[in-house]
Amino acid sequence: MIRVENLVKKYGNTVASNRLNCRFEQGKVTVILGGSGSGKSTLLRQITGLERPDSGAVYFDGMDLALATQKKLYEKRRKMGMLFQGSALFNYLNIFENIAFPLREHTKIAESVIKTIVTMKLEMVGLRGTEKLMPSQLSGGMMKRVGLARAIVMDPKIIFYDEPTSGLDPISTGVIGKLIMDLNSKLNITSVVVSHDIESCFKIADKIIILFYGDIIAEGSVDEIRNSEDLRVKQFINGEPEGPIPFNRTDKNYLDELLMEQE
Amino acid sequence: MNFDIPALIGRSTLSRIQALGQSGIFLAIAFIKAFLPPFRIIRLIKEIEFIGSKSFLIVAVTGLFTGMVLGLQGYHTLTQFGAEALLGSAVALSIIRELGPVLCALMVTGRAGSAIAAQIGIMKITDQFPALEMMAIDPVKYVISPKIIAGIISLPLLTAVFDVIGIMGGYLVGVKLLGVNEGAYFSKMVSAVTFTDIYGGILKSLSFGLLIAWISSFMGFMAEPTTEGVSTATTNAVVLTSLSILIVDYILTSLLL
Repeated sequence: MIRVENLVKKYGNTVASNRLNCRFEQGKVTVILGGSGSGKSTLLRQITGLERPDSGAVYFDGMDLALATQKKLYEKRRKMGMLFQGSALFNYLNIFENIAFPLREHTKIAESVIKTIVTMKLEMVGLRGTEKLMPSQLSGGMMKRVGLARAIVMDPKIIFYDEPTSGLDPISTGVIGKLIMDLNSKLNITSVVVSHDIESCFKIADKIIILFYGDIIAEGSVDEIRNSEDLRVKQFINGEPEGPIPFNRTDKNYLDELLMEQE
Repeated sequence: MNFDIPALIGRSTLSRIQALGQSGIFLAIAFIKAFLPPFRIIRLIKEIEFIGSKSFLIVAVTGLFTGMVLGLQGYHTLTQFGAEALLGSAVALSIIRELGPVLCALMVTGRAGSAIAAQIGIMKITDQFPALEMMAIDPVKYVISPKIIAGIISLPLLTAVFDVIGIMGGYLVGVKLLGVNEGAYFSKMVSAVTFTDIYGGILKSLSFGLLIAWISSFMGFMAEPTTEGVSTATTNAVVLTSLSILIVDYILTSLLL
């Protein structure tokens, strides 16, 4: 469904994507894992066309999004849904209007049908009855579920999830995980999940990609990742403070820096 | 740390010029997109309601008291020369030429400009722009363009309201309170105010409407994606818009006279 080839993206001297090559298969749940600053959000922004790579290609349904015109990109976007980290609901619209928004913008469906569709989507995320509320009246977990209802309202072929479980309590995390799997199995929707929540990702993933400072250091099924011999992968999935992945961001020698202050 | 003064000056100058260029491109893109289909009439009407009709009361009150003060001050100055009959033309000319467009624009800046910057800034920090992008909706065309056009449409109308109410305020104080002759008040006004005065006032208010929507939107759009960023953007929007209104007012006046 999506094929990434030699993707390069730099911000100043920081390499966020270092010649990445990967695939996101039709009907599968692919999870991109990585710590903060590993370039996973940058990768997501590039495969959705929100950001253009410095070089390389992102093929979506056979079209290179990196070179696409705005019109072509928007055509492909009709097949995409995205759940943002902060839900990105429109704060000036109520829940019903938020979910109905893409339908009203892109289709000429009658209001009565829009009402039916919105009710169905709200039922899928278990939030029927909240139509009249404003986003600010909902909890974080409920906002994510509304965000998900909005993401699927146009019946996309692929859904991108940016940190779908971050900041949620364990039950909401479980609900979101189940929703992702349901959408995937019942509607055969392709899912791309960006996360650092290892436990919940292992439950839902068909394939895992682990990023480390702009490089893919591991790629495979949950079992393959679990049994990986790579020390960096081991440290990451076990959350160990000591290991090949440094906790400190600076290369400067600690003693040198302390002594320099004295001078 | 070593301070290289010329480099510092150069860097800050460059970044300012760059921001100026960015804001120009921003305006050009938003303006062009406003005239490309699909036209968003409902969005435009909502923005006119927000910038225009919701500013009506504050503009009307400002206009009334400005006119009343002008009536009071004008009367006391003009009676010294026995020329209180000229009060009507004095009030009308100062309101139509200067005070109407400028004060109206400053009031709208305080009310709507700050709200525009805050609203756009909040949309930015909560990822609503990429959300629109992902729904295949152009954020600039959807959010910014209607605001720019609404600003250009609203300000001349609000200024007209300000002018009329201001003149009536001067009438209330001058004629009804201080006893200037009613016929003199209006006839001197009609003979003194020329088409150029009205045309100049409209031209000013059109430019101020553009300035308010443009600068406030740009400040919100360029806000740092943090809560401090949004509050700074809101403050900057009001300060910069107010200053540019006064500067542009001087330039336009010097060209019109």
